[in-house]
Amino acid sequence: MSEPTSATAHSDAPLTAAKNPNPAAFNGEGMEARKHDVLIGRSVTIDQPRDKLYAFWRDFKNLPLFMHNIRSVESVSSRVSHWVVEAPAGKTVEWDAEIVDDEPGALIAWRSLEGTGVRNSGRVEFRDSPDGRGTIVTVTLVYDPPGGSVGKIIAKLFQKEPKVQARQDLRRFKQLMETGEIATARPPEAAPRA
Amino acid sequence: MRALTWHGKHDVRVETVPDPQIVNPRDAIIKVTSTAICGSDLHLYDHTIPTMKAGDVLGHEFMGEVVEVGAGNKKLQVGQRVVVPFVIACGQCFFCKQQQYSACDNSNPAETADMSEFLYGYPMTGAFGYSHLTGGYAGGQAEYVRVPFSDIGPIVIPEGIEDDKVLFLSDILPTGWMAAENCEIDSNDIVAVWGCGPVGLFAIQSAFVLGAHRVIAIDHHPRRLDLAKTMGAEVINFEEVDVREALVEMTGGIGPDACIDAVGMESHGFSADSVMDKVKAAVKLVTDQTHGLRQVIVACRKGGRISIPGVYGGVTDKFPIGALMEKGLSVKSGQTHVQKYMPQLLKMIIEGKLDTTFLISHRLSLEEAARGYKIFKEQQNEVTKVVLKPDGVTRH
Repeated sequence: MSEPTSATAHSDAPLTAAKNPNPAAFNGEGMEARKHDVLIGRSVTIDQPRDKLYAFWRDFKNLPLFMHNIRSVESVSSRVSHWVVEAPAGKTVEWDAEIVDDEPGALIAWRSLEGTGVRNSGRVEFRDSPDGRGTIVTVTLVYDPPGGSVGKIIAKLFQKEPKVQARQDLRRFKQLMETGEIATARPPEAAPRA
Repeated sequence: MRALTWHGKHDVRVETVPDPQIVNPRDAIIKVTSTAICGSDLHLYDHTIPTMKAGDVLGHEFMGEVVEVGAGNKKLQVGQRVVVPFVIACGQCFFCKQQQYSACDNSNPAETADMSEFLYGYPMTGAFGYSHLTGGYAGGQAEYVRVPFSDIGPIVIPEGIEDDKVLFLSDILPTGWMAAENCEIDSNDIVAVWGCGPVGLFAIQSAFVLGAHRVIAIDHHPRRLDLAKTMGAEVINFEEVDVREALVEMTGGIGPDACIDAVGMESHGFSADSVMDKVKAAVKLVTDQTHGLRQVIVACRKGGRISIPGVYGGVTDKFPIGALMEKGLSVKSGQTHVQKYMPQLLKMIIEGKLDTTFLISHRLSLEEAARGYKIFKEQQNEVTKVVLKPDGVTRH
């Protein structure tokens, strides 16, 4: 594979759409990434005001409602939270994260603290859709796959690949915010939390 | 409750399964009084649609009585009689707000939506009883069914109108109507319709209501062609005559202005390309047999309109892209935006402008549903539509 791309210089698309992106290009934007980290990005348009979407997301205890691999998020202080996330074989991974940027109604950025579980950082942005279709919500995540590239393959085998997880989580966020519920075909006891 | 469940190719059974329950606030539970077997159910019966699981409850054309309403539904009331659209739509996303209900972004569960995003580029809507591509929702060929977003879909039927008159609002009547609407019919137009199954017949009826000058219907089942004739269509039996040749002659050399493919992916044809499609489908190189659609495109006049209500799911080859481009054809297609069309079509039924009851050839109990599938599949000339009555009562 060629050298990772640091910018999509000849496209107007975001770096997350690059065939071989270099996540380190995000450093300095509140994220902490290295060249061989995994980079994920996904946008969704939600027909609700961005202040409402921001407020729901910023209240981290809401996140497990639509992020189904997150067991819990607890606030340790105003900027630090403790995350417990499901891992393969019924195990969990835990880490502390701190908010590194917080613009009400617009942006939340975070990164894991030194020496905790999985090194990761990310941001969620809320922008008005220029055509009156609501708010464009963009999530960008970078993480150091546990156990390097082999760990990444094992993770793919035993649990949902984080990219798939993020895509499904954002769909559920949209469903919950637009319709007030999370679509499911399962019976009540097996239905998703909402 | 009792329900018709899928177990494999040509293997459907009426079994006892758990009763459905309210899951989400906007759900309702419907006690089914009438439910039909759709031509597209035969795609499931033939197992040409992937992602079916043993035990799936089929059925997406159904109506009945509201017996339970979730706390978030302020519209429906217990005891109301409703027809339920086969498309499950939220009413609040970008697509629903434009009445493009069959493109709803929110009704297919997040996990199953991945499959259609992979296949088609974007996740597709949820639907009842039609594989896990559309969400794996249990269908309505059952005594009871859970209806999500029930404050958006179901339409309340006034007292005194029997089930058989309105049941087809759930799918095939609006599908035939949208197929004709997609032809953008002008008063001098000649519309050709491939396939005189339920959707084709309703498309013929709709094309006349929308002002078509002439409609030419194409099939090979004499009884279905007779039904088309009684609606005012001229007919072509493709076993007797060359279809393009016939259409050229019947339109004075100009060709039909608009063409409707109401056949879909299992078109019968007797040409080399359809044999090739079968071989390739067998070895999983190509999924969809499209002989009928090729003929539609070649037979349509220059600058004409093509409407495709027939169901396709995958890819095909030998697609006559040259004829499409060189003749400047326009194509409209898609699953039906049922919720959009229901109110106006119900009004036309009440006013006597549209009749749907002529189509029903067989009324069976739910217990006989497996036989219903078998005869609908094997005796297409005689069996034009099978309606199941889960409680054995004809309602008015």
